Amino acid sequence: MSKISDTMAWIDERIPLTDTWNKHVGQYYAPKNFNFWYYFGSLALLVLVIQIVTGIFLTMNYKPDGELAFKSVEYIMRDVNWGWLIRYMHSTGASMFFVVVYLHMMRGIMYGSYKKPRELLWIFGMLIYLVLMAEAFMGYLLPWGQMSYWGAQVIISLFGAIPWVGDAITLWLRGDYVVSDATLNRFFALHVIAMPLVLVGLVFVHIIALHEVGSNNPDGNDIKKVKGPDGKPLDGIPFHPYYSVKDLVGVAVFLIIFFAIVFFAPEMGGYFLEHANFVPADPLKTPEHIAPVWYFTPYYAILRAIPIKLLGVLAMFAAIAVLFFLPWIDRNPVRSIRYRSTAYKVILAAFVISFLILGYYGLQPVTPLGTFISRLCSLIYFGFFIALFFISKNEKTKPVPERVNY
Amino acid sequence: MAADNVASNGAGAPAVDEKRRRLLTTGVGVVGALGAATMAIPFVSSMSPSARAKAAGAPVEIDISKLEPGQRVIVEWRGKPVWVVRRTPELLESLEQVSDELRDIESDKSEQPDYAKNVHRSINPEVLVMTGVCTHLGCSPTFRPDVAPADLGPDWKGGFFCPCHGSKFDISGRVYKGAPAPTNLPVPPHAFVSESIILVGEDGGQA
Amino acid sequence: MKFLNHLTSFSVAAVAAVGFIAAVPQTGYTAGAGADLEHFSPVRTDRALQRGARTFMNYCQGCHTAEYQRYSRLAEDIGLSEKDMLENMVFTTDANGEQTKVGSLIGTNMSKEYAKTAFGVVPPNLALVSRSRGVDWLYTYMKAFYLDESRPLGANNTVYPNVGMPHVLADLQGWQKPVYHDDGEGHQVLEGYQQVTAGKLSKQEYDATVSDLVSFLDYLGDPNREARHSLGIKVMLFLFLFLALAILLKKEYWKDVPHNS
Repeated sequence: MSKISDTMAWIDERIPLTDTWNKHVGQYYAPKNFNFWYYFGSLALLVLVIQIVTGIFLTMNYKPDGELAFKSVEYIMRDVNWGWLIRYMHSTGASMFFVVVYLHMMRGIMYGSYKKPRELLWIFGMLIYLVLMAEAFMGYLLPWGQMSYWGAQVIISLFGAIPWVGDAITLWLRGDYVVSDATLNRFFALHVIAMPLVLVGLVFVHIIALHEVGSNNPDGNDIKKVKGPDGKPLDGIPFHPYYSVKDLVGVAVFLIIFFAIVFFAPEMGGYFLEHANFVPADPLKTPEHIAPVWYFTPYYAILRAIPIKLLGVLAMFAAIAVLFFLPWIDRNPVRSIRYRSTAYKVILAAFVISFLILGYYGLQPVTPLGTFISRLCSLIYFGFFIALFFISKNEKTKPVPERVNY
Repeated sequence: MAADNVASNGAGAPAVDEKRRRLLTTGVGVVGALGAATMAIPFVSSMSPSARAKAAGAPVEIDISKLEPGQRVIVEWRGKPVWVVRRTPELLESLEQVSDELRDIESDKSEQPDYAKNVHRSINPEVLVMTGVCTHLGCSPTFRPDVAPADLGPDWKGGFFCPCHGSKFDISGRVYKGAPAPTNLPVPPHAFVSESIILVGEDGGQA
Repeated sequence: MKFLNHLTSFSVAAVAAVGFIAAVPQTGYTAGAGADLEHFSPVRTDRALQRGARTFMNYCQGCHTAEYQRYSRLAEDIGLSEKDMLENMVFTTDANGEQTKVGSLIGTNMSKEYAKTAFGVVPPNLALVSRSRGVDWLYTYMKAFYLDESRPLGANNTVYPNVGMPHVLADLQGWQKPVYHDDGEGHQVLEGYQQVTAGKLSKQEYDATVSDLVSFLDYLGDPNREARHSLGIKVMLFLFLFLALAILLKKEYWKDVPHNS
């Protein structure tokens, strides 16, 4: 035996390295008909790595202190060698994380990847999304600019809508009577250690759950049902090398877009880094127009669309919570949009469009027209789930083929 | 190899060009590794001194016109103590007397600019400029110009003594044998701007 | 070749994405009430930045700081030696009353306490003003001061009504008064300005001075931009090479995978 296989045997007697590799990569059979939408899982993992690495290096120079935080960010941008690159990668990575995750979720909805037996896989994914929003929200406070400050102020105040205990909770969250040094310091702790730990743990479980039940595909059929004489699925191919080389292409295209933003438009016209955030936090002066970062704005628009504070807050949280129940709201066993009814396609399209419009109006100052359209879109957003519940019961679907289309 | 893992439909799959496959794999691997290695440069570099640290480490000027013979002043340069000592003729004489007991008499293994690589380890024999950090583990030695004190013994001719681990140095900062410190105390780059003003940290590239 | 088609389509997608990024509409600048902003493109030549820096140090720095930026970094970026910098542009002093070191941040000699009593607020740090306000705003603002005796400092501004800042460049520009006309619906629309007293500079010279100053402020807000762009192009070229190789590799391996129909 060669030196390498000797070493491998030595290791395998002690930890199941080869087994693990085979189970999750070398012998993990994925359907061969993955399309464009299937790049975003591995890309989300890539962005997570980028965020963790750049985050660690930012932490080396950042100071979580109300007096020093803003200055320390500019110190990173100007005085630390390559600090600007690391910071822009982190700020761009935050937005790109959501771009990738939204597309990944869209894929899951379109091809019914949340349906039996992948309900837990979906729920873990939703938990990742939830933690990611908390992580991004807390991270956004750290530069301690005007938008950081007032954004945090507004979002924390949402909890004040909770009857009886609301004020006590907001006070406890801030650790002070306003967003202050205490708030900044605890957000820093949560952002750099607590949330990332939870996030990494959830991602791990998400992948374990995926590899237990196997990947869905654009046809939504089960490749394990059709096996060759060797017991391997006829429509499956090993993740490595086939999808590792394919994902590499996705990585290259993603990095081109990612670095184009980092190098040529790090502010992304004020969507990734908002102009008001170049002014240090001032507790005595609210900027003329405040809006959350773009990835929160659909929910923010729902919040603003409803004139009663408590109801608005409830609707906003419900808009996220309802997604958790998707596996049970959609009662149709056919997974992929390819074989579903026109009615389903119409309501899904309406849902996506309403989400995008809500995102747009969440960025804009309040106008009567904007409020009216936001209300309409909020109705469509929630209406989708109600319509889905009824349509999916007796939906006229097309027959799902046994083999995948490739 | 890899092709074996794919359930073939029996339809004539094209023969695998292993050579091309290996070449492309190597190509992607090399270019990818190159990219990753290049990407590491900014991250590693970000841990080097920043513009602020460099500005704080700018050269400092010392006025020694009021420094009496046998006295020392300490200034801070790059966060380290820099000593300036005006030596008495007696102290300078002691340099020749202690030669046999030193570890690096000619300062061959020690850190100093060329203009300070001599017995008195300075530009002007009288004026010693030295980084006051022990070459053993970084403590700052004490200044002991007194001759034959009780604690250092009757042979002590004046010099520096490190209280942390007992290293002894002569009045040029040269280390005595039998001490844990491996080399002589370092001399920072410096220059005389005028008779009485020393610039520490810059010597106009004379070193 | 199929590979070429692939590469072309991926490249088109990537280029389109980059194009989209560049074309993203600007958002969120706090626009002043009313007045339209003049479009301004900053000039990034050493000469323009040197002139702008000089104006900044002579007129703005009396009250405002740029305390994230160092004199030494500025000197390097606008093509001055540290000696030139110290001799021509460093007017500030440190705590000991000596000239500020070239490695220090660009501060001001005005104390915060004095500023508070004189102006009611501490004049803002201008290092990032080009990124919070935008260069169009700054360019228009610097040309929009006018004589208004009702204001405590005798000056008002059409871009920033009731501004707290005096017209610092009045000796260069002279004094002007805005001319309005009625748009027929009862709104007063700014038509232009009428010169009241002459300054040291002609209108063209003053515009050029403001242009240099705002270019300098633009530099101050984003001193790495040039370096970022030139490095970015190299990174893009490298990534396109990597993409081409990755596509070839993918095509090669996927020859193994048979089609179903």
